[in-house]
Amino acid sequence: MRIYADNAATTKLSKTALNAMLPYLTEQYGNPSSLYSFGQKAKEAVEDARMRTARCINAEAREIIFTSGGSESDNQAILTAAELGKAKGRRHIVSDTIEHHAVLHTLRKLEKDGFDVTYVPVGANGIINASDIKAAIRDDTCLVTMMYANNEIGTVQPVPEVGAICRERGILFHTDAVQAAGHLPIDVLKDNIDMLSASAHKFRGPKGVGFLYVRKGIRPYVLIEGGAQERGRRAGTENTAGIAGCAAALCEAVSGMAENAKKTTRMRDRIIKGLSEIPHSALNGDREKRLQGNVSFCFEGIEGESLLLLLDDMGISASSGSACTSGSLDPSHVLLAIGRVHDVAHGSLRLTIDEDLTEEEADYIVSSVKEVVSRLRGFSPVWRELCAGEREFIL
Amino acid sequence: MALYSEKVMDHFRNPRNVGVIEDADGVGEVGNARCGDIMKMYLKIDGDIITDVKFETFGCGSAIASSSMATELIKGQPVSEAMKLTNKAVAEALDGLPEYKMHCSVLAEEAIKNALDDYYEKNPDKKRVSGDSNREKVEETV
Repeated sequence: MRIYADNAATTKLSKTALNAMLPYLTEQYGNPSSLYSFGQKAKEAVEDARMRTARCINAEAREIIFTSGGSESDNQAILTAAELGKAKGRRHIVSDTIEHHAVLHTLRKLEKDGFDVTYVPVGANGIINASDIKAAIRDDTCLVTMMYANNEIGTVQPVPEVGAICRERGILFHTDAVQAAGHLPIDVLKDNIDMLSASAHKFRGPKGVGFLYVRKGIRPYVLIEGGAQERGRRAGTENTAGIAGCAAALCEAVSGMAENAKKTTRMRDRIIKGLSEIPHSALNGDREKRLQGNVSFCFEGIEGESLLLLLDDMGISASSGSACTSGSLDPSHVLLAIGRVHDVAHGSLRLTIDEDLTEEEADYIVSSVKEVVSRLRGFSPVWRELCAGEREFIL
Repeated sequence: MALYSEKVMDHFRNPRNVGVIEDADGVGEVGNARCGDIMKMYLKIDGDIITDVKFETFGCGSAIASSSMATELIKGQPVSEAMKLTNKAVAEALDGLPEYKMHCSVLAEEAIKNALDDYYEKNPDKKRVSGDSNREKVEETV
Protein backbone atom coordinates (compact mmCIF):
# COMPACT_ATOMS: atom_id res chain seq x y z
CA MET A 1 0.00 0.00 0.00
CA ARG A 2 1.30 3.50 -0.84
CA ILE A 3 -0.23 6.33 1.15
CA TYR A 4 0.72 9.96 0.73
CA ALA A 5 0.12 11.61 4.10
CA ASP A 6 2.13 14.80 3.69
CA ASN A 7 -0.40 17.14 2.10
CA ALA A 8 0.80 20.07 4.20
CA ALA A 9 4.12 19.76 2.33
CA THR A 10 2.49 19.63 -1.07
CA THR A 11 -0.56 18.17 -2.77
CA LYS A 12 -1.30 16.22 -5.91
CA LEU A 13 -2.21 18.45 -8.85
CA SER A 14 -5.92 18.19 -9.56
CA LYS A 15 -7.06 17.12 -13.04
CA THR A 16 -9.14 20.28 -13.32
CA ALA A 17 -6.06 22.40 -12.63
CA LEU A 18 -3.96 20.42 -15.09
CA ASN A 19 -6.58 20.82 -17.82
CA ALA A 20 -6.78 24.55 -17.14
CA MET A 21 -2.99 24.77 -17.52
CA LEU A 22 -2.40 22.64 -20.59
CA PRO A 23 -3.43 25.17 -23.29
CA TYR A 24 -0.92 27.69 -21.91
CA LEU A 25 1.88 25.13 -21.88
CA THR A 26 1.15 24.14 -25.46
CA GLU A 27 -0.63 26.22 -28.12
CA GLN A 28 -1.43 29.35 -26.13
CA TYR A 29 2.13 30.27 -25.23
CA GLY A 30 1.86 33.99 -25.95
CA ASN A 31 3.25 36.62 -23.61
CA PRO A 32 0.36 38.37 -21.80
CA SER A 33 2.18 41.69 -22.21
CA SER A 34 2.20 41.49 -26.02
CA LEU A 35 -0.37 43.62 -27.79
CA TYR A 36 -1.25 41.23 -30.62
CA SER A 37 -4.22 38.95 -30.15
CA PHE A 38 -2.05 35.88 -29.52
CA GLY A 39 -0.60 37.59 -26.45
CA GLN A 40 -3.92 39.05 -25.45
CA LYS A 41 -5.42 35.56 -25.27
CA ALA A 42 -2.91 34.77 -22.53
CA LYS A 43 -3.68 38.09 -20.86
CA GLU A 44 -7.36 37.15 -20.80
CA ALA A 45 -6.50 33.88 -19.10
CA VAL A 46 -4.53 35.69 -16.40
CA GLU A 47 -7.29 38.24 -15.82
CA ASP A 48 -9.97 35.57 -15.74
CA ALA A 49 -7.89 33.66 -13.17
CA ARG A 50 -7.48 36.82 -11.12
CA MET A 51 -11.23 37.41 -11.03
CA ARG A 52 -11.99 33.82 -10.09
CA THR A 53 -9.29 33.75 -7.41
CA ALA A 54 -10.61 37.00 -5.92
CA ARG A 55 -14.14 35.62 -5.71
CA CYS A 56 -12.96 32.63 -3.67
CA ILE A 57 -11.93 34.91 -0.80
CA ASN A 58 -14.51 37.67 -1.35
CA ALA A 59 -11.96 40.11 -2.75
CA GLU A 60 -11.86 42.19 -5.94
CA ALA A 61 -9.77 41.15 -8.92
CA ARG A 62 -7.46 44.15 -8.66
CA GLU A 63 -6.64 43.19 -5.09
CA ILE A 64 -4.93 39.97 -6.21
CA ILE A 65 -1.22 39.90 -7.09
CA PHE A 66 0.04 36.62 -8.53
CA THR A 67 3.41 35.63 -7.09
CA SER A 68 5.75 32.64 -7.06
CA GLY A 69 4.04 31.27 -3.93
CA GLY A 70 3.60 31.58 -0.20
CA SER A 71 7.10 32.69 0.75
CA GLU A 72 7.21 35.52 -1.78
CA SER A 73 3.73 36.64 -0.74
CA ASP A 74 4.72 36.69 2.93
CA ASN A 75 7.85 38.69 2.15
CA GLN A 76 5.98 41.22 0.04
CA ALA A 77 3.16 41.66 2.55
CA ILE A 78 5.44 42.25 5.52
CA LEU A 79 7.74 44.59 3.62
CA THR A 80 4.68 46.50 2.38
CA ALA A 81 3.56 47.18 5.94
CA ALA A 82 7.13 47.98 7.00
CA GLU A 83 7.57 50.56 4.24
CA LEU A 84 4.24 52.22 5.04
CA GLY A 85 5.05 52.11 8.74
CA LYS A 86 8.48 53.62 8.26
CA ALA A 87 6.96 56.59 6.42
CA LYS A 88 4.79 57.27 9.47
CA GLY A 89 7.54 56.61 12.00
CA ARG A 90 5.89 53.38 13.12
CA ARG A 91 8.46 50.64 13.47
CA HIS A 92 6.78 48.05 15.64
CA ILE A 93 5.30 44.75 14.45
CA VAL A 94 3.24 42.19 16.36
CA SER A 95 3.55 38.53 15.43
CA ASP A 96 3.76 35.19 17.23
CA THR A 97 6.13 32.31 17.90
CA ILE A 98 4.62 29.69 15.56
CA GLU A 99 4.81 31.50 12.23
CA HIS A 100 6.36 29.96 9.12
CA HIS A 101 10.01 30.84 8.50
CA ALA A 102 8.98 32.94 5.49
CA VAL A 103 7.40 35.29 8.03
CA LEU A 104 9.90 34.85 10.88
CA HIS A 105 13.00 35.38 8.73
CA THR A 106 11.50 38.47 7.07
CA LEU A 107 10.78 39.85 10.54
CA ARG A 108 14.37 39.07 11.63
CA LYS A 109 15.61 41.08 8.67
CA LEU A 110 13.42 44.01 9.68
CA GLU A 111 14.68 43.77 13.27
CA LYS A 112 18.20 44.23 11.94
CA ASP A 113 16.87 47.24 10.09
CA GLY A 114 15.67 48.88 13.31
CA PHE A 115 12.19 47.44 13.66
CA ASP A 116 10.93 46.14 16.95
CA VAL A 117 8.95 42.89 16.83
CA THR A 118 6.82 41.42 19.62
CA TYR A 119 6.37 37.66 19.33
CA VAL A 120 3.21 36.78 21.21
CA PRO A 121 3.49 33.31 22.79
CA VAL A 122 0.90 30.60 22.17
CA GLY A 123 -0.90 28.42 24.66
CA ALA A 124 -0.18 24.71 25.09
CA ASN A 125 -3.02 24.06 22.62
CA GLY A 126 -1.19 25.96 19.89
CA ILE A 127 -3.79 28.71 19.65
CA ILE A 128 -2.89 32.37 19.89
CA ASN A 129 -5.06 34.48 22.19
CA ALA A 130 -6.55 37.47 20.40
CA SER A 131 -6.35 39.35 23.70
CA ASP A 132 -2.56 38.77 23.81
CA ILE A 133 -2.27 40.29 20.35
CA LYS A 134 -4.37 43.24 21.49
CA ALA A 135 -2.18 43.74 24.55
CA ALA A 136 0.98 43.71 22.43
CA ILE A 137 -0.21 46.49 20.12
CA ARG A 138 1.51 49.85 20.71
CA ASP A 139 1.05 53.34 19.33
CA ASP A 140 3.89 52.73 16.89
CA THR A 141 2.64 49.34 15.68
CA CYS A 142 2.36 49.22 11.90
CA LEU A 143 1.46 45.56 11.36
CA VAL A 144 0.02 42.47 12.97
CA THR A 145 0.98 39.30 11.11
CA MET A 146 -0.58 36.06 12.30
CA MET A 147 -1.04 32.87 10.31
CA TYR A 148 -4.50 31.54 9.52
CA ALA A 149 -3.65 27.94 10.36
CA ASN A 150 -0.40 26.37 11.47
CA ASN A 151 1.51 24.16 9.05
CA GLU A 152 2.90 21.77 11.65
CA ILE A 153 0.21 21.27 14.27
CA GLY A 154 -2.77 22.43 12.20
CA THR A 155 -4.22 24.81 14.77
CA VAL A 156 -6.64 27.40 13.39
CA GLN A 157 -6.01 30.89 14.75
CA PRO A 158 -8.59 33.53 15.77
CA VAL A 159 -8.37 35.50 12.51
CA PRO A 160 -11.77 37.28 12.71
CA GLU A 161 -11.06 38.49 16.27
CA VAL A 162 -7.58 39.74 15.43
CA GLY A 163 -8.86 41.31 12.21
CA ALA A 164 -11.47 43.25 14.17
CA ILE A 165 -8.90 44.41 16.73
CA CYS A 166 -6.53 45.65 14.01
CA ARG A 167 -9.26 47.42 12.10
CA GLU A 168 -10.39 49.23 15.23
CA ARG A 169 -6.83 50.35 15.95
CA GLY A 170 -6.10 51.27 12.32
CA ILE A 171 -3.26 48.75 12.04
CA LEU A 172 -2.57 46.60 8.98
CA PHE A 173 -3.36 42.92 9.42
CA HIS A 174 -1.62 40.26 7.34
CA THR A 175 -2.34 36.57 7.53
CA ASP A 176 -0.28 33.74 6.08
CA ALA A 177 -3.13 31.56 4.84
CA VAL A 178 -0.95 29.06 2.99
CA GLN A 179 -2.39 26.10 4.91
CA ALA A 180 -5.92 27.49 5.04
CA ALA A 181 -6.70 28.65 1.51
CA GLY A 182 -8.88 26.09 -0.22
CA HIS A 183 -9.41 24.23 3.05
CA LEU A 184 -11.19 26.74 5.28
CA PRO A 185 -13.74 29.37 4.22
CA ILE A 186 -12.01 32.73 3.88
CA ASP A 187 -13.75 36.09 3.67
CA VAL A 188 -11.26 38.95 3.65
CA LEU A 189 -13.98 41.59 3.98
CA LYS A 190 -15.85 40.03 6.87
CA ASP A 191 -12.63 39.13 8.69
CA ASN A 192 -10.98 42.53 8.14
CA ILE A 193 -7.93 41.04 6.47
CA ASP A 194 -5.71 43.62 4.78
CA MET A 195 -3.21 41.22 3.25
CA LEU A 196 -3.33 37.46 2.76
CA SER A 197 -0.76 34.99 1.39
CA ALA A 198 -1.60 31.76 -0.40
CA SER A 199 0.23 29.08 -2.33
CA ALA A 200 -1.35 27.03 -5.14
CA HIS A 201 0.38 23.71 -4.52
CA LYS A 202 -1.18 23.46 -1.06
CA PHE A 203 -4.67 23.24 -2.59
CA ARG A 204 -3.94 20.88 -5.49
CA GLY A 205 -2.66 23.57 -7.82
CA PRO A 206 0.82 23.65 -9.35
CA LYS A 207 4.07 24.49 -7.53
CA GLY A 208 5.81 27.83 -8.04
CA VAL A 209 2.71 30.00 -8.06
CA GLY A 210 0.55 31.65 -5.45
CA PHE A 211 -0.99 34.99 -4.71
CA LEU A 212 -1.03 37.89 -2.35
CA TYR A 213 -4.25 39.70 -1.61
CA VAL A 214 -3.67 43.38 -0.84
CA ARG A 215 -6.72 45.42 0.10
CA LYS A 216 -7.37 48.31 -2.30
CA GLY A 217 -5.92 51.56 -1.03
CA ILE A 218 -2.76 49.89 0.29
CA ARG A 219 0.23 50.49 -1.93
CA PRO A 220 2.26 47.30 -2.14
CA TYR A 221 6.03 47.34 -1.75
CA VAL A 222 7.61 46.14 -4.98
CA LEU A 223 9.77 43.14 -4.18
CA ILE A 224 10.66 42.28 -7.76
CA GLU A 225 11.51 45.26 -9.93
CA GLY A 226 11.24 45.22 -13.69
CA GLY A 227 8.33 45.33 -16.08
CA ALA A 228 4.81 46.60 -15.47
CA GLN A 229 3.21 43.20 -14.94
CA GLU A 230 0.65 42.85 -12.13
CA ARG A 231 -0.03 46.58 -12.51
CA GLY A 232 3.53 47.40 -11.59
CA ARG A 233 3.37 45.55 -8.29
CA ARG A 234 5.31 42.43 -9.29
CA ALA A 235 7.56 42.34 -12.32
CA GLY A 236 8.29 39.28 -14.43
CA THR A 237 6.47 37.62 -17.31
CA GLU A 238 3.34 36.02 -15.93
CA ASN A 239 3.36 32.28 -15.26
CA THR A 240 0.20 31.97 -17.37
CA ALA A 241 -0.25 28.22 -17.00
CA GLY A 242 0.54 28.34 -13.27
CA ILE A 243 -1.88 31.20 -12.71
CA ALA A 244 -4.64 29.43 -14.64
CA GLY A 245 -3.95 26.26 -12.62
CA CYS A 246 -3.93 28.16 -9.34
CA ALA A 247 -7.36 29.69 -10.01
CA ALA A 248 -8.86 26.41 -11.25
CA ALA A 249 -7.58 24.49 -8.23
CA LEU A 250 -8.77 27.12 -5.76
CA CYS A 251 -12.25 27.30 -7.28
CA GLU A 252 -12.50 23.52 -7.24
CA ALA A 253 -11.28 23.33 -3.63
CA VAL A 254 -13.70 26.03 -2.50
CA SER A 255 -16.71 24.48 -4.23
CA GLY A 256 -15.95 21.06 -2.76
CA MET A 257 -14.82 22.40 0.61
CA ALA A 258 -17.76 21.43 2.80
CA GLU A 259 -17.95 17.90 1.50
CA ASN A 260 -14.18 17.34 1.53
CA ALA A 261 -13.88 18.74 5.04
CA LYS A 262 -16.51 16.32 6.28
CA LYS A 263 -14.76 13.31 4.76
CA THR A 264 -11.29 14.38 5.83
CA THR A 265 -12.34 15.24 9.38
CA ARG A 266 -13.85 11.79 9.82
CA MET A 267 -10.61 10.09 8.77
CA ARG A 268 -8.47 12.51 10.80
CA ASP A 269 -10.47 11.72 13.92
CA ARG A 270 -10.22 8.01 13.22
CA ILE A 271 -6.41 8.27 13.05
CA ILE A 272 -6.20 10.49 16.15
CA LYS A 273 -8.32 8.00 18.08
CA GLY A 274 -6.13 5.11 16.96
CA LEU A 275 -2.81 6.79 17.70
CA SER A 276 -4.03 8.00 21.10
CA GLU A 277 -3.98 4.35 22.14
CA ILE A 278 -0.18 4.39 21.98
CA PRO A 279 1.04 4.79 25.57
CA HIS A 280 2.99 7.95 26.42
CA SER A 281 1.99 9.81 23.31
CA ALA A 282 0.23 13.14 22.90
CA LEU A 283 -1.63 15.01 20.19
CA ASN A 284 0.00 18.32 19.33
CA GLY A 285 -2.37 21.25 18.96
CA ASP A 286 -5.97 21.79 19.90
CA ARG A 287 -8.23 18.76 19.46
CA GLU A 288 -11.07 20.76 17.85
CA LYS A 289 -9.69 23.95 16.35
CA ARG A 290 -7.44 22.25 13.84
CA LEU A 291 -7.25 21.73 10.09
CA GLN A 292 -9.37 18.82 8.95
CA GLY A 293 -6.37 16.98 7.51
CA ASN A 294 -3.80 17.47 10.29
CA VAL A 295 -2.71 14.79 12.75
CA SER A 296 0.38 15.71 14.79
CA PHE A 297 1.71 13.53 17.58
CA CYS A 298 4.70 13.23 19.89
CA PHE A 299 5.81 9.77 21.01
CA GLU A 300 8.10 9.55 23.98
CA GLY A 301 11.34 7.56 23.79
CA ILE A 302 11.88 7.61 20.03
CA GLU A 303 13.27 9.91 17.37
CA GLY A 304 11.29 11.20 14.39
CA GLU A 305 13.61 10.55 11.49
CA SER A 306 13.86 6.83 12.14
CA LEU A 307 10.08 6.79 12.51
CA LEU A 308 9.69 8.39 9.07
CA LEU A 309 12.18 6.02 7.42
CA LEU A 310 10.40 2.94 8.73
CA LEU A 311 7.01 4.35 7.75
CA ASP A 312 8.42 5.02 4.28
CA ASP A 313 9.38 1.34 4.11
CA MET A 314 5.74 0.56 4.84
CA GLY A 315 4.62 2.84 2.02
CA ILE A 316 3.61 5.84 4.12
CA SER A 317 4.94 9.34 3.35
CA ALA A 318 4.85 11.51 6.47
CA SER A 319 6.80 14.29 8.14
CA SER A 320 8.37 15.13 11.50
CA GLY A 321 9.55 18.13 13.46
CA SER A 322 12.66 16.36 14.75
CA ALA A 323 16.03 18.08 14.43
CA CYS A 324 17.37 15.31 12.21
CA THR A 325 14.72 15.94 9.59
CA SER A 326 15.18 19.70 9.61
CA GLY A 327 18.94 19.59 9.24
CA SER A 328 19.36 21.77 12.32
CA LEU A 329 20.20 20.93 15.92
CA ASP A 330 16.89 22.04 17.35
CA PRO A 331 13.54 20.41 16.81
CA SER A 332 10.62 22.38 15.37
CA HIS A 333 10.16 25.88 16.83
CA VAL A 334 6.40 25.26 16.80
CA LEU A 335 6.62 22.19 19.02
CA LEU A 336 8.96 24.03 21.39
CA ALA A 337 6.56 27.01 21.42
CA ILE A 338 3.65 24.85 22.62
CA GLY A 339 5.81 23.60 25.46
CA ARG A 340 7.07 20.27 24.14
CA VAL A 341 10.57 19.83 25.57
CA HIS A 342 13.41 18.83 23.23
CA ASP A 343 13.40 15.15 24.30
CA VAL A 344 9.77 14.79 23.27
CA ALA A 345 9.75 17.15 20.29
CA HIS A 346 12.37 14.94 18.59
CA GLY A 347 9.80 12.15 18.57
CA SER A 348 7.15 13.96 16.56
CA LEU A 349 5.11 12.78 13.61
CA ARG A 350 2.94 14.85 11.28
CA LEU A 351 0.40 13.14 9.04
CA THR A 352 -1.55 15.46 6.75
CA ILE A 353 -4.26 13.63 4.86
CA ASP A 354 -6.66 14.62 2.09
CA GLU A 355 -10.25 13.76 1.21
CA ASP A 356 -9.23 10.72 -0.84
CA LEU A 357 -7.96 8.76 2.16
CA THR A 358 -10.06 5.65 2.74
CA GLU A 359 -11.02 4.03 6.02
CA GLU A 360 -8.80 1.09 5.17
CA GLU A 361 -5.85 3.41 4.57
CA ALA A 362 -6.50 5.28 7.82
CA ASP A 363 -6.46 1.99 9.71
CA TYR A 364 -3.28 0.92 7.92
CA ILE A 365 -1.62 4.19 8.99
CA VAL A 366 -2.62 3.58 12.61
CA SER A 367 -1.41 -0.02 12.70
CA SER A 368 1.85 0.89 10.93
CA VAL A 369 2.63 3.75 13.30
CA LYS A 370 1.88 1.53 16.29
CA GLU A 371 4.19 -1.16 14.97
CA VAL A 372 7.03 1.23 14.14
CA VAL A 373 6.84 3.10 17.45
CA SER A 374 6.97 -0.13 19.41
CA ARG A 375 9.85 -1.44 17.28
CA LEU A 376 11.94 1.69 17.87
CA ARG A 377 11.08 1.77 21.55
CA GLY A 378 12.27 -1.85 21.67
CA PHE A 379 15.90 -0.78 21.46
CA SER A 380 15.72 2.78 22.75
CA PRO A 381 17.77 3.28 25.94
CA VAL A 382 15.50 6.22 26.78
CA TRP A 383 12.38 4.07 26.62
CA ARG A 384 13.96 1.32 28.74
CA GLU A 385 15.01 3.84 31.38
CA LEU A 386 11.53 5.38 31.36
CA CYS A 387 9.94 1.99 31.87
CA ALA A 388 12.44 1.07 34.59
CA GLY A 389 11.60 4.27 36.46
CA GLU A 390 15.14 5.62 36.03
CA ARG A 391 13.79 8.54 34.03
CA GLU A 392 10.51 10.38 34.42
CA PHE A 393 7.83 10.18 31.77
CA ILE A 394 6.95 13.53 30.27
CA LEU A 395 3.91 12.41 28.29
CA MET B 1 19.34 9.93 -4.90
CA ALA B 2 18.42 8.28 -1.66
CA LEU B 3 19.24 9.95 1.61
CA TYR B 4 21.32 6.97 2.81
CA SER B 5 23.37 4.20 1.22
CA GLU B 6 21.91 0.70 0.94
CA LYS B 7 24.34 -0.39 3.68
CA VAL B 8 23.03 2.27 6.07
CA MET B 9 19.44 1.31 5.31
CA ASP B 10 20.23 -2.38 5.81
CA HIS B 11 21.78 -1.77 9.24
CA PHE B 12 18.96 0.61 10.12
CA ARG B 13 16.22 -1.82 9.09
CA ASN B 14 17.93 -4.88 10.54
CA PRO B 15 20.21 -3.61 13.27
CA ARG B 16 22.73 -6.20 14.47
CA ASN B 17 23.51 -6.87 18.13
CA VAL B 18 20.54 -5.02 19.55
CA GLY B 19 19.87 -5.34 23.25
CA VAL B 20 21.36 -5.25 26.72
CA ILE B 21 24.05 -7.39 28.38
CA GLU B 22 23.04 -7.63 32.03
CA ASP B 23 26.49 -8.70 33.31
CA ALA B 24 28.49 -6.55 30.91
CA ASP B 25 32.20 -6.00 31.61
CA GLY B 26 31.99 -2.49 30.21
CA VAL B 27 29.10 -0.10 29.56
CA GLY B 28 29.35 3.20 27.68
CA GLU B 29 26.77 5.86 26.99
CA VAL B 30 27.05 9.02 24.91
CA GLY B 31 24.71 11.78 23.70
CA ASN B 32 21.55 13.06 25.32
CA ALA B 33 17.86 13.06 24.58
CA ARG B 34 17.83 16.84 24.25
CA CYS B 35 20.01 16.59 21.15
CA GLY B 36 18.04 13.66 19.84
CA ASP B 37 20.78 10.99 20.00
CA ILE B 38 21.68 8.55 22.76
CA MET B 39 23.83 5.46 22.27
CA LYS B 40 24.52 2.84 24.86
CA MET B 41 27.07 0.03 24.33
CA TYR B 42 27.52 -3.12 26.39
CA LEU B 43 30.71 -5.23 26.13
CA LYS B 44 31.49 -8.74 27.28
CA ILE B 45 35.23 -9.25 27.41
CA ASP B 46 36.97 -12.57 27.93
CA GLY B 47 40.73 -12.42 28.32
CA ASP B 48 41.57 -9.84 25.72
CA ILE B 49 38.74 -10.61 23.31
CA ILE B 50 35.39 -8.82 22.98
CA THR B 51 33.20 -11.90 22.97
CA ASP B 52 29.87 -10.11 22.88
CA VAL B 53 28.58 -6.62 22.26
CA LYS B 54 25.09 -5.18 22.35
CA PHE B 55 23.68 -1.71 21.84
CA GLU B 56 20.61 0.45 22.40
CA THR B 57 20.09 3.65 20.45
CA PHE B 58 17.62 6.50 20.57
CA GLY B 59 18.19 8.49 17.41
CA CYS B 60 17.89 8.89 13.69
CA GLY B 61 18.48 6.28 11.01
CA SER B 62 22.19 6.95 10.68
CA ALA B 63 22.66 6.82 14.47
CA ILE B 64 21.05 3.38 14.59
CA ALA B 65 23.03 2.16 11.58
CA SER B 66 26.31 3.54 12.98
CA SER B 67 25.80 1.77 16.31
CA SER B 68 24.96 -1.46 14.55
CA MET B 69 28.00 -1.29 12.27
CA ALA B 70 30.32 -0.35 15.12
CA THR B 71 29.26 -3.42 17.09
CA GLU B 72 29.89 -5.61 14.03
CA LEU B 73 33.35 -4.13 13.58
CA ILE B 74 34.51 -4.92 17.12
CA LYS B 75 32.72 -8.17 17.88
CA GLY B 76 35.24 -10.99 18.30
CA GLN B 77 38.13 -8.54 18.07
CA PRO B 78 40.89 -8.02 20.67
CA VAL B 79 40.40 -4.98 22.90
CA SER B 80 43.49 -3.42 21.34
CA GLU B 81 41.78 -3.45 17.93
CA ALA B 82 38.56 -1.97 19.31
CA MET B 83 40.57 0.85 20.85
CA LYS B 84 41.72 1.72 17.34
CA LEU B 85 38.20 1.98 15.92
CA THR B 86 37.60 5.36 14.30
CA ASN B 87 34.39 7.05 13.30
CA LYS B 88 35.78 7.16 9.78
CA ALA B 89 36.05 3.37 9.71
CA VAL B 90 32.41 3.12 10.84
CA ALA B 91 31.27 5.56 8.15
CA GLU B 92 33.34 3.83 5.46
CA ALA B 93 31.98 0.43 6.40
CA LEU B 94 28.51 1.92 5.87
CA ASP B 95 29.52 3.10 2.37
CA GLY B 96 29.53 6.66 3.65
CA LEU B 97 27.20 8.97 5.56
CA PRO B 98 25.85 12.37 4.52
CA GLU B 99 28.17 15.15 5.72
CA TYR B 100 25.73 16.43 8.35
CA LYS B 101 25.29 12.91 9.71
CA MET B 102 28.98 12.21 10.32
CA HIS B 103 28.49 13.02 14.01
CA CYS B 104 26.49 9.79 14.29
CA SER B 105 29.62 7.79 13.49
CA VAL B 106 31.53 9.90 16.02
CA LEU B 107 28.96 8.98 18.67
CA ALA B 108 29.38 5.29 17.82
CA GLU B 109 33.15 5.50 18.21
CA GLU B 110 32.81 7.39 21.47
CA ALA B 111 30.24 4.99 22.87
CA ILE B 112 32.63 2.10 22.34
CA LYS B 113 35.60 4.00 23.79
CA ASN B 114 33.41 4.89 26.73
CA ALA B 115 32.51 1.27 27.31
CA LEU B 116 36.20 0.30 27.13
CA ASP B 117 37.07 3.05 29.62
CA ASP B 118 34.46 1.58 31.93
CA TYR B 119 36.00 -1.86 31.47
CA TYR B 120 39.46 -0.58 32.44
CA GLU B 121 38.08 1.24 35.44
CA LYS B 122 36.44 -1.95 36.66
CA ASN B 123 39.61 -3.94 35.95
CA PRO B 124 42.53 -1.83 37.14
CA ASP B 125 44.84 -4.81 36.82
CA LYS B 126 44.44 -4.83 33.04
CA LYS B 127 47.12 -2.99 31.16
CA ARG B 128 45.52 -0.31 29.10
CA VAL B 129 46.18 -0.40 25.37
CA SER B 130 45.87 2.89 23.61
CA GLY B 131 44.33 3.27 20.19
CA ASP B 132 44.57 7.01 20.15
CA SER B 133 47.36 7.17 17.61
CA ASN B 134 44.98 6.07 14.88
CA ARG B 135 42.10 8.11 16.06
CA GLU B 136 40.76 10.92 13.92
CA LYS B 137 40.08 14.18 15.63
CA VAL B 138 36.35 14.58 16.19
CA GLU B 139 36.45 18.20 15.06
CA GLU B 140 37.77 17.20 11.66
CA THR B 141 34.88 14.93 10.89
CA VAL B 142 31.87 16.66 12.35
